[in-house]
Amino acid sequence: MPLNRAFIGREYTSDQTYEVGREMIRKFADAIGDNNPAYRDIEAAKGLGHPDVIAPPTFLTVLGFRLGVGPVGDPELGLNYALVVHGEQRYVHHRPVRAGDVLTATSTVEDIRDAGKNELMTIKQEIRTTEGEAVATAYNTIVSRGTAEGASA
Amino acid sequence: MTASVKYDDVQVGTALPKQSFQIQRINLVQYCGASGDYNVIHWNERIATSVGLPNVIGHGMFTMAEAGRVVSDWVGDPGAVVEYGVRFSSPVVVPDDDKGATLEVSGTVAEKLDGNRVAVDLDARVGDSKVLAKARAVVELA
Repeated sequence: MPLNRAFIGREYTSDQTYEVGREMIRKFADAIGDNNPAYRDIEAAKGLGHPDVIAPPTFLTVLGFRLGVGPVGDPELGLNYALVVHGEQRYVHHRPVRAGDVLTATSTVEDIRDAGKNELMTIKQEIRTTEGEAVATAYNTIVSRGTAEGASA
Repeated sequence: MTASVKYDDVQVGTALPKQSFQIQRINLVQYCGASGDYNVIHWNERIATSVGLPNVIGHGMFTMAEAGRVVSDWVGDPGAVVEYGVRFSSPVVVPDDDKGATLEVSGTVAEKLDGNRVAVDLDARVGDSKVLAKARAVVELA
């Protein structure tokens, strides 16, 4: 079943915040097998000019799963998560994410369109601290496999 | 931030050290837990094959993270990566054996930008399959 196009243009601001913790950064860095000391050792991070340990460049994916990415879980959207694969992802970092950040995300559904038998949904996320400092902008395109109008999924 | 590579030492065409990453089921399970992405296609072969996938596939974000290490390891300071984007062009299929999938990543400086920044294009493959397309990072060098 095709995705509900009425969602294009909708904006979502999370009602919860995400607090970036040192142990969570370590856990994520362990999972990607990255031994960079900037993720684990405060002195090493400070030596590079950061006030605390920083997070890997793709860490903000965690925030999406914790706070939700726009309407992804909304039954009205009609998305079957088992049919979802990731299409594209891009981060623009205004500064590195670091331990102690308390983050909030505003997501906008930029587009939902057909691509052959599949549908693509692009969501833009503005990530800021609760004080309003811009931290990153994330662009996420997910693929809903075989759900385009007329395609037999 | 403090990159260990100097802008003036880098030319268009400069190659970054290549890296190879072994991806096994355990890595996907660990990434599920760390990222919060428990999509069944990343750990359940029965459901993955029932929705038309060849087998369990790796998280695109896991591949993106591994490929990004070619850039962050090169510059030393991961905070110097100011922009990073990819298209997931082909899935990384991770069979339930003792080997898994081997991801091979190389990077080349594609463009010198203002503000001591350079664009690096990444090439990420599993065997003959190109798993990332349009993979580009912008890094701020010293």
